[in-house]
Amino acid sequence: MRLTPDEVVIVQWGVLHLNATIAFTWLVMAVVVGAARLVTLRVTSTDTPSRWQNLLEVLVAGMRNQIRQVSQQDPGRYLPFIGTLFLFIAISNVLAVVPGFIPPTGSLSTTAALALCVLVAVPLYGIVDRGVLGYLRTYVQPTFLMLPFNILGEITRTVALAVRLYGNVMSGTILAAILISIIPFFLPVLMQLLGLLTGLIQAYIFAVLAMVYIAAATRARTREPEDTANATDSNAHQ
Amino acid sequence: MDNIGLIGAVSIVTAGLTIAIGSLGPAFGEARTAAQALASIAQQPDESNTITRTLFVSLAMIESTAIYCFVVSMILIFTNPIWDRVLAIAAK
Repeated sequence: MRLTPDEVVIVQWGVLHLNATIAFTWLVMAVVVGAARLVTLRVTSTDTPSRWQNLLEVLVAGMRNQIRQVSQQDPGRYLPFIGTLFLFIAISNVLAVVPGFIPPTGSLSTTAALALCVLVAVPLYGIVDRGVLGYLRTYVQPTFLMLPFNILGEITRTVALAVRLYGNVMSGTILAAILISIIPFFLPVLMQLLGLLTGLIQAYIFAVLAMVYIAAATRARTREPEDTANATDSNAHQ
Repeated sequence: MDNIGLIGAVSIVTAGLTIAIGSLGPAFGEARTAAQALASIAQQPDESNTITRTLFVSLAMIESTAIYCFVVSMILIFTNPIWDRVLAIAAK
């Protein structure tokens, strides 16, 4: 029983191993970039776009909409990062139904790398938005006593992000492997269907959580001056 | 019972206990969340979009405790580090 596709070595040159995680990451990257390039070759602004262009437009518009709803800010700055995370995870999870494809998100190294990207992106967006001192001040925000807890929270949420995605995808593949030996043919198909659903939900959740963390680092400044105005505003809406 | 058998037995029993107890809590939590979300949607159908999105995110966060337990029990059964160490010592 393999817990991670890291152990599947496809090609080996001397000390360099090309394991399944890297190979299938490259495959997913090639699929995403190639498909996007192919579609945008014949991009039109007429009333009748091709069906593939339509698909991409729906995807981008949907992601922009979700980011705007979650962060309450203009989605333009966050779309490249959050959208890439979502598309990569979603496509590698969905391709898991293809026989022979090992989802790279089922390896802790991939998910840890993605979570590290989020760990780096949160301070970056925060510093761009409120300056170095302004961002560092958020760590001592309620009182100075909270400094260790804020730092601890930063680390634990990164670990949680990585292990959550890894555990979900890995449990799907392992359950399928175990169930094939118990009830062949029928039950694995159902589990694959369930895996499609949870794979997409996990991709969505990874992207939304990354957006929530980034929004928490950036939004406080834009809201602070008009806090009372906002409060009365939202009360009026209710 | 020798060391290897003892470690194997303890690992398997612990893995079972981990996933049993670890899935109990999140199950209760998710049930409460779903019930509350359904009640909220019934009260305010207009807000169902926001409620559903928050529901999914919170379900995933609640479920991650169960996933941690699952990962720990899988490690205990399939890639137990202590087991490997005892085997390495025994091979010497």
